[in-house]
Amino acid sequence: MLTPIISVMVLGLIFGLILGYAAKVFAVQGDALVEEIIEMMPGTNCGQCSFPGCSGAASAIVKGEAAVDCCPGGGRMLAEAIAARLGVSLEAASEDSGPKIAVVSESICIGCAKCFKACPTDAVIGASKQIHAVLKDACTGCGSCTNECPTGAISLEPIPVTLRDWNWEKPALAA
Amino acid sequence: MNTQAISLQTMASPHARAANSVSVVMLKVMAALVPATAYAFYLFGSPAFWLWAITIAASMAGEAACLRLAGKPVKAVLYDGSAILTGWLLAVSLPPWAPWWIGVVGGLFATTLGKQAFGGIGNNLFNPAMIARIMLLVSFPVQMTHWVVPAGAPSLFDGLRITLGQMPVPDAMTSASLLGWAKTDMARGIDLLHTHLPGHVFDWNGARVGSLGETSVWLIALGGIALLYMRVISWHIPVTMLIGLAVPAALGHAADPARFMDMSTHLLSGGAMLGAFFIATDYVTSPSSRAGQIIFGLGCGLLTWVIRTYGGYPEGVAFAVLLMNALTPAIDRLIKPRVYGRTMGGKPISLKGETK
Amino acid sequence: MGIRELLTGVGWGVHPHNDHKRPAADVPLRVMPTPAKLCIPLLQHVGAPAKPLVAVGDRVLRGQLIAAAQGNVSAPVHAPTSGLVAAIGEVTAPHPSGLPFAAITIETDGLDESVSFKTVEDPFSLTPDEISQRIAEAGIVGLGGATFPSAPKAQLGRKHSVHTLIINGGECEPYLSSDDSIMRERADDVIDGVRILMHAVGASKAKVGIEDNKPEAIAAMRKAAQDFAQIEICPVPARYPMGSDRQLVQVLTGKEVPSGARTATIGLLVNNVSTCAAIHHAVRHGEPLYRRIVTVNGGAVAQPGNVLAPIGVLVEDLLAFAGLKSEPARLVMGGPMMGVALPHAQVPTVKGCGGILALTAEEITVVPPSPCIRCGSCVKACPMGLVPLELSAQIHAGEYDTADAMGLDDCLACGCCAYVCPSQMPLVQTFSHAKGEIWRRAQQKKRSEFTKQLAQARQERLEREARERVEAAARRKAQRAAQQAAAAADNNTPSEGAGA
Repeated sequence: MLTPIISVMVLGLIFGLILGYAAKVFAVQGDALVEEIIEMMPGTNCGQCSFPGCSGAASAIVKGEAAVDCCPGGGRMLAEAIAARLGVSLEAASEDSGPKIAVVSESICIGCAKCFKACPTDAVIGASKQIHAVLKDACTGCGSCTNECPTGAISLEPIPVTLRDWNWEKPALAA
Repeated sequence: MNTQAISLQTMASPHARAANSVSVVMLKVMAALVPATAYAFYLFGSPAFWLWAITIAASMAGEAACLRLAGKPVKAVLYDGSAILTGWLLAVSLPPWAPWWIGVVGGLFATTLGKQAFGGIGNNLFNPAMIARIMLLVSFPVQMTHWVVPAGAPSLFDGLRITLGQMPVPDAMTSASLLGWAKTDMARGIDLLHTHLPGHVFDWNGARVGSLGETSVWLIALGGIALLYMRVISWHIPVTMLIGLAVPAALGHAADPARFMDMSTHLLSGGAMLGAFFIATDYVTSPSSRAGQIIFGLGCGLLTWVIRTYGGYPEGVAFAVLLMNALTPAIDRLIKPRVYGRTMGGKPISLKGETK
Repeated sequence: MGIRELLTGVGWGVHPHNDHKRPAADVPLRVMPTPAKLCIPLLQHVGAPAKPLVAVGDRVLRGQLIAAAQGNVSAPVHAPTSGLVAAIGEVTAPHPSGLPFAAITIETDGLDESVSFKTVEDPFSLTPDEISQRIAEAGIVGLGGATFPSAPKAQLGRKHSVHTLIINGGECEPYLSSDDSIMRERADDVIDGVRILMHAVGASKAKVGIEDNKPEAIAAMRKAAQDFAQIEICPVPARYPMGSDRQLVQVLTGKEVPSGARTATIGLLVNNVSTCAAIHHAVRHGEPLYRRIVTVNGGAVAQPGNVLAPIGVLVEDLLAFAGLKSEPARLVMGGPMMGVALPHAQVPTVKGCGGILALTAEEITVVPPSPCIRCGSCVKACPMGLVPLELSAQIHAGEYDTADAMGLDDCLACGCCAYVCPSQMPLVQTFSHAKGEIWRRAQQKKRSEFTKQLAQARQERLEREARERVEAAARRKAQRAAQQAAAAADNNTPSEGAGA
């Protein structure tokens, strides 16, 4: 009766040691994961996530200090991609109205040029005392400019859908 | 006509569909089962009818309960007919005079654990009727092998009393099925050439010992051909299953007639016909490509022969089908039809047009 | 496989019992009287939209060029009748989204004055380039619905040394008969167009595939082609989607078009019969493409039939001409299998529009979907050999990349799978959604890379500016120090300074 108990205990110890060793030796380097997440991000270091740049946000996400949807520039798509990579689930709570870009309301703009100094991709064009405009292709919708604007002339609007990029919604199935 | 006022809710194509629905398909299968089932009621009397009714009611009750628990719409799903069909197929594979609680336990198990626990229709891995039958066979072997001779069918209410267990089955009526007799005799050392099998496979009136689905194989086969004609099933699974059963049987019988039963006995006894046309062809649990279906059918037939010949149980169809059901996802993943313009491996074909 | 499939050898696709083509197909062609308003869209083809050449208030004549092609793959647009340009703006596109697109609105004056057309006595004396030029100037695009500009297509055919033209007279969609009508009533135009196209492409023969549910068209085309041995009229089994170019090529020649490649790569070019007739009008008579035969059909139409209608006529005017006997439950541009549902009737018809259907509630099936029972009907029906039930399951589970790897790109969106599905699953919508989503993700990725580059450039710019500032400050400091040193030196020797 004693023999089986001892033999199973010894086996358990041996396998436990092997597993522990493997966990150390084959562990995925945290750095590699952080690098991957940085790759996925917009890379503009806009700071809207309140972390020091995209690399700061990526490390925070991997460490678990930040939510996967902390990046406004990446939007829902980025959040889903990061969640998929890390194997966590994304709460569907955050209402997402789709990607946004900044739009200047020309009647309100006073040309103070504060917004284009703030833009991480130089998407705002215009000189001092001139009305500004936003280059649509360069804007990531991070919102740095809206924080700076004293008159509220620049705001984030949903990207208008055109015939070219309209898509069917995923149909709902029964049950 | 004022076309200015037309403002329509737009929807995706196609804007017309074939007049087909899940309930229509289930009704067709049930219609194909009617001749054999009705004849079996005639042969075995009302206990068979009561058992059939109780099994179907139990399977429907199980499905309704699961749907209610899951918060899904009960009526819509129940009325698609799949629970009724599951109960029906289970009922025709039970001994006709089995007690009522066999039907209840089997019916409940088939729909709750056999189907709804996997996620409802379309998601189950195993054929629900067969898994319930196997569960009953393993758990209650005595009641599940208690066969009767189809003679002297009792009246409707006497039959009900038999099913409810209030009237015992007269001894003269009990018998072993053909396959059961053959297996027990061989275990006792009496080989096939010397045994006296009860009944003959070629009984045209199908009056033999067995479950409801075994009685008239001719009516079952007729129902199966009706299904083929109505395009509910395709020929791939039934034909290959019967071939998979017939070929080893013929080879074995030619090699050693005392040990192996001949081809026609195998094909016409037990649940072979029922299995080939109604059980193995279940949509959810069989592969979706034609080549996959052929492999599935051959596997079912071969395994049936192996289990009948070498296994511990006399009847092998249910086990064989369940084993092949387990392989269906693998078959579906490995065997896909060739896409137009691509080779079997998935690469675009060369400009010369070779498809290899 | 049923008896029909065994006999015809075609196992894929669907064959609806009632194709609803007759009696509309048997009614003689009617010419629609000029409507009061026409909205001619600028993008009726694959490629870049045309650029308007007229201004609001200009008077235009029938056949006049009103918008020019932009770039190599594009097509010009012509006015279908004379009138005044009322607006150059946006109208609702014939698209389920109801989004607008650019169009030129013409208020017709009923006079139907035309520009003069340059006819050519013998088109076969022209060089292939000249023929392509005339086809391009006429604004001809694929009238079978794909609307690829025909001139670049012919040039592509020449480049790939196409030897056989496949002429598509399939018209497999139920309800539609515009190709049937043009073959019955204008077979000579079609055959002439085929010959001109053969000359332009350099093909030595042509095979005209016509579904066998159109015996009158087959007879008319045989008669028109009887003097030309290199044009063969080949009846094909009537089975949807036989009119799909890949399927037609397989049935007529036994070859398969490699996945992702054009038919030209295997030496074949597929063109619709109506396109060939338009080529005849353009090359021989100099008439640009400004009208086409449209089938108006459906349970709600009072007098269904084929109508020769100007391009850009509003659907409501077309329906008013054919008459509506009840309120349609759905308006469709095209056939019931692949056609687009229209948001309302004030949309213009386009070059690729072969039919307008006003369907009643009984004709369309709107049933809520139930779960997939894995019956495999879709697998049997798919003409491309895909497994729709698997694709749908992957897409609903969010596995777009797996679906892509399983051949989603090969899907024709023909609708056969959804047509036969007993669970009424919205398969085509699922696949269209997935294709669009995959495209959107690819676009997003490109955009992300672009913005990353921009951010990096900005960083470099800021660093550069900071460095320059530091250097400039250092230089100024050095200058000032030098000046001070010089001034200090001056101060120390005042006598020398005063004298100089």
